[in-house]
Amino acid sequence: MSDPNASLAAAAPETVEKETYLGADLPPEAGKGGQSRSLWSDAWRELRSSKIFVISAVLIVLFLIMAFFPQVFTFGKDPYTCDLTKSRLPPSSEAWFGYDTNGCDVYTRTIYGAKASILVGVLTTVFCMLVGGFLGTIAGFFGGWTDAILSRITDIFFAIPLLLGGILVLTSFPSGDSTTLFQEVGKVVLALGILGWTAMTRIMRSSVIQVRNADFVVAARALGASNGRIMRKHVVPNSLAPLIVVATISLGGYIGAEATLSFLGLGLQPPVISWGTMINEAQKYIRVSPHMLFFPAIFLSVAVLSFIMLGDAVREALDPKLR
Amino acid sequence: MSEHLLEVDDLYVEFRTRDGVAKAINGVSYTLDAGETLAVLGESGSGKSVTAQTIMGILDMPPGVITGGEIRYNGEDLLQMTEDRRRKIRGAEISMIFQDSLSALNPVFTVGDQISEMFQVHRGMSKKDGMKKAVELMDSVRIPAARERVKDFPHQFSGGMRQRIMIAMAISLDPAVLIADEPTTALDVTVQAQIMDLLQDLQRERNMGMILITHDLGVVAGVADKIAVMYAGRIVEDADILPLYATPAHPYTEGLLDSMPRVDTKGSELYAIKGLPPSLLNLPPGCNFNPRCPYKQEICLQEVPPRYEVASNHHSACHFWEEVYSGDRADSAG
Repeated sequence: MSDPNASLAAAAPETVEKETYLGADLPPEAGKGGQSRSLWSDAWRELRSSKIFVISAVLIVLFLIMAFFPQVFTFGKDPYTCDLTKSRLPPSSEAWFGYDTNGCDVYTRTIYGAKASILVGVLTTVFCMLVGGFLGTIAGFFGGWTDAILSRITDIFFAIPLLLGGILVLTSFPSGDSTTLFQEVGKVVLALGILGWTAMTRIMRSSVIQVRNADFVVAARALGASNGRIMRKHVVPNSLAPLIVVATISLGGYIGAEATLSFLGLGLQPPVISWGTMINEAQKYIRVSPHMLFFPAIFLSVAVLSFIMLGDAVREALDPKLR
Repeated sequence: MSEHLLEVDDLYVEFRTRDGVAKAINGVSYTLDAGETLAVLGESGSGKSVTAQTIMGILDMPPGVITGGEIRYNGEDLLQMTEDRRRKIRGAEISMIFQDSLSALNPVFTVGDQISEMFQVHRGMSKKDGMKKAVELMDSVRIPAARERVKDFPHQFSGGMRQRIMIAMAISLDPAVLIADEPTTALDVTVQAQIMDLLQDLQRERNMGMILITHDLGVVAGVADKIAVMYAGRIVEDADILPLYATPAHPYTEGLLDSMPRVDTKGSELYAIKGLPPSLLNLPPGCNFNPRCPYKQEICLQEVPPRYEVASNHHSACHFWEEVYSGDRADSAG
């Protein structure tokens, strides 16, 4: 009864095996073959309909524009043009967020501060994802001694407190007059990255271990794939989702950590503008001029919050069990 | 030198676990020739899948340890080969179909990607040529509208169609041996028959040797040339298909046949083999089947039965095979 002529089967589905075409179970656009439904495209569809995602994505896009094209928001004002006579003037129609001690416009500086903060967050996340993803994959996939050694190294780094490690790295590379923004940012990324990759390694390791023994990995091996290929094609693509979720959430955390270090005078150094350095400068005047602290702190909180919200939305979209 | 395509010779495999040593395979031997279908029959834990995994070289080691025996493919011992050499044989010469096709296909790539990967890995083809081959193969396993469906993901196919894709991958490089590990267990009955038909047709077209692992006597009957019945890591009986069904020579095989529902036993209670399969951590002494055997005598508790020759090509590992062989099965079923 099963006719080998496949084109005939497609033309008249009712004549062939009744299990043939699944089209009926799928949304019409998927059956047409025009749009494929992979895990990622499914997740994307899920994301677009999530309010939390849309709100956080809009905020993040705003912050990104601030970071890379601050001029869009500052109406041509320069963050380094200051007038000491306006020192610590409160918010007014002329300067929405008021002036700081040096008579610089807090609004302009807050906008320009996004760049360093976002750069630190993004670069640290990329650094941690690459290092953690790589080590975690190796440890999880090979197991045994490789795993034991890598995991113990991870544990050692994991045990170092953020502040202690931050002080250690940042004081080892003191800033001079010639340090550029990128060197300055690089130092902080290094300090946060050295302590941050451990979490990513652990996440990736456990997720790889879950996938490592999946049937399709065994099947790929049975059909002659090498270790490298199995890792690249089968293990990593299937264990990436938790890492992406944690990375998105941590991005907010790193921005906060940069602010913490800068607040303590360890992180970014003036003249680099970041929300952390602004909060650091403002703390001395918190009772007389709270506006100096308030506005950068709000921006910082909203930025951190939007990345954490984005991470939550991504997690929901990637984990079918939460739907 | 042997003339068989594949020859498993006195294979021993055990799993060293925290609870002790589980003796999964205790001296299994069978042979397979080109164009022949061997059915390996047995319940869960009888070692039928472990044997297949050992042939493929995908046994989890540790905890699995091969403690003895040889597996010769065209006269060459697979177990002595370098990993690199074995990898080239896997998929290209000896290939395998898995039970659960949904979990055996990678969910994040299209089926076309996965079939064409076979050609990219083993034949060094470009992705484009690989995709063309994928469409041809999907046609040959009778998947309708292969050209469009090649871009679909595994979860967009029904169970039967997915198993066809698994089959397409497994036969893509024209292997000489195809191991099908319970290929139809996860499918419903009508689809089972179609898949078995397809496998049989493909096997004849390509003159493959096929090892069909199953616990379902019904699946075996129409397809296999010969059968090996496994119990607790041993082959208890092997024979050509008809003699085994007509005159079993081992009480376990007899029990299996009696516990199949038949049209003429309507109204009476279905026979069941008493007891439970033994723990591989603690096998009963002597014949492993003795706690459940209706023919049990003193000797069964002490001596492992050798492989008696019942007829040509028919062997049984039972001290009392003559009684079983000559007995009227209808009585014990009654």
